[in-house]
Amino acid sequence: MAAVKNHAEPRIEVTDGALIPIKGERRIIDSWRLTIAFAVLGIVLLVFVAKDPYDQIFKVIIKGAPLTFGVTAGAIAGSVVLGLFTGLGQIARTRLLQLIAGVYVELIRGIPLLVQLIFIYFALGKFFKLDGVPAAIISLSICYGAYMGEIFRAGIEAIPKGQMEAAMALGLTRGQAMRFIILPQTMKIVIPAIGNEFIAMLKDSSLVSVIALRDILRRGREHVSRTFLSLETYAMVALVYLVFTLVLSKLVAMMEDRMKRHER
Amino acid sequence: MNDKVMVDIQGAEKDFGVVKALNGVDLKVKEGEVVLIIGPSGSGKSTLLRSVNKLEALTGGQILVDGNPLIGPNADIRKVREETGMVFQDFNLFPHLSVLENICLAPVKVKTISRAAAETKARELLKRVGLADREEAYPGQLSGGQKQRVAIARALAMEPKVMLFDEPTSALDPEMVKEVLDVMLDLAKEGMTMMVVSHEMGFARAAADRVVFMDAGEIVETGPPEEIFDAPSEERTRKFLKHIL
Repeated sequence: MAAVKNHAEPRIEVTDGALIPIKGERRIIDSWRLTIAFAVLGIVLLVFVAKDPYDQIFKVIIKGAPLTFGVTAGAIAGSVVLGLFTGLGQIARTRLLQLIAGVYVELIRGIPLLVQLIFIYFALGKFFKLDGVPAAIISLSICYGAYMGEIFRAGIEAIPKGQMEAAMALGLTRGQAMRFIILPQTMKIVIPAIGNEFIAMLKDSSLVSVIALRDILRRGREHVSRTFLSLETYAMVALVYLVFTLVLSKLVAMMEDRMKRHER
Repeated sequence: MNDKVMVDIQGAEKDFGVVKALNGVDLKVKEGEVVLIIGPSGSGKSTLLRSVNKLEALTGGQILVDGNPLIGPNADIRKVREETGMVFQDFNLFPHLSVLENICLAPVKVKTISRAAAETKARELLKRVGLADREEAYPGQLSGGQKQRVAIARALAMEPKVMLFDEPTSALDPEMVKEVLDVMLDLAKEGMTMMVVSHEMGFARAAADRVVFMDAGEIVETGPPEEIFDAPSEERTRKFLKHIL
């Protein structure tokens, strides 16, 4: 994760245990560079210098990248939308909405993603046939939507009460105040936390290999079963994931910086 | 000032469960009148002010703003809020919007006037509060006094019939108090109906028609500033004034 310098603004930190890695120090530009240099150099050396069998392995597993990215992108979109509604539901003034959102969060957070994925694909597959990709996107969205809901809720609650009061005093409806005043400010606060979820999603998308989707990991496993090169293959799989994750974390940090600069 | 009653507070009660913040308050504010509300902290003065645009909901009594009730089946709270400007102690400007956007938001979204008309009006108001050159600035770039003047302009953009000021200078550094009070003085001179929670004696003497002293959720004494400050008739008022003067 790249550096996050400004501590003046309210920040929310979400630590949800195993799913989200706890970040170390925030002043990590250097360690980010070191790590990505190691990963990229590793891949280049193995593929172009050591060549056999790494060039073959790389060619095989990189074919899984579009699927990994596709599932991740779909799940990001799905979980942000779901999370936003969940967060709004949790702070709603209607008790029923609160309960629905609350139960959803409790339910989903209490069940491992792997179990949810298998349940949606195999168990629910008895009633309606879902293709692998939609099943994967839906599972990841539902799972991460719950975590995102918590982030949005915390983000909305972090906005000072006076903002809503000022908006209401001007005659705005509660909905208008949310839309024009509260949520735009929330977005800026939640971006680091949401960015962490994006990165976690990219990594967790590797779970879809259990429902026979040919992502990076699945292609690696298939390659191992053909060639028995387990060390070489999984090392390459790990390096490829590492590069993707580091790049994504950089993108998130850049997005965060841009939001900050925009506000000045 | 004429005889039309702009804000009519009738037997206002606010029960916070453990504390009774308002204990049957009656107060009529006439059109064009400037009323200053003073009192020790916890006396209910802010609660009273915040009840006038229903940021606090009364637990008993009634308030009418320009004849519109705040409580009951005929209450139209948004209409009352449209006609009631409020200025807060902590400014509560919208930090993600520029000064101009802060002022234009409500007229455009609530009154649905055109963007261009709202901007023209906003620039006029900025000129009036002495900040014509800061329309592109963001609240984070302004001093406290400037923020509060923008907040006043923002409230005025809705063309309110009443302005509520909740300790408008309490969060300001001393050297910025005057610039805000000057704007408020001008407003008072122009005939705006104002309810001001503040201990600014200078402002009171210069602009207030009436001073209301509150304690323990009740109005203890009310009268012209000279009378309240120089010759209060109640012991509680005297005691309080000794503390703040």
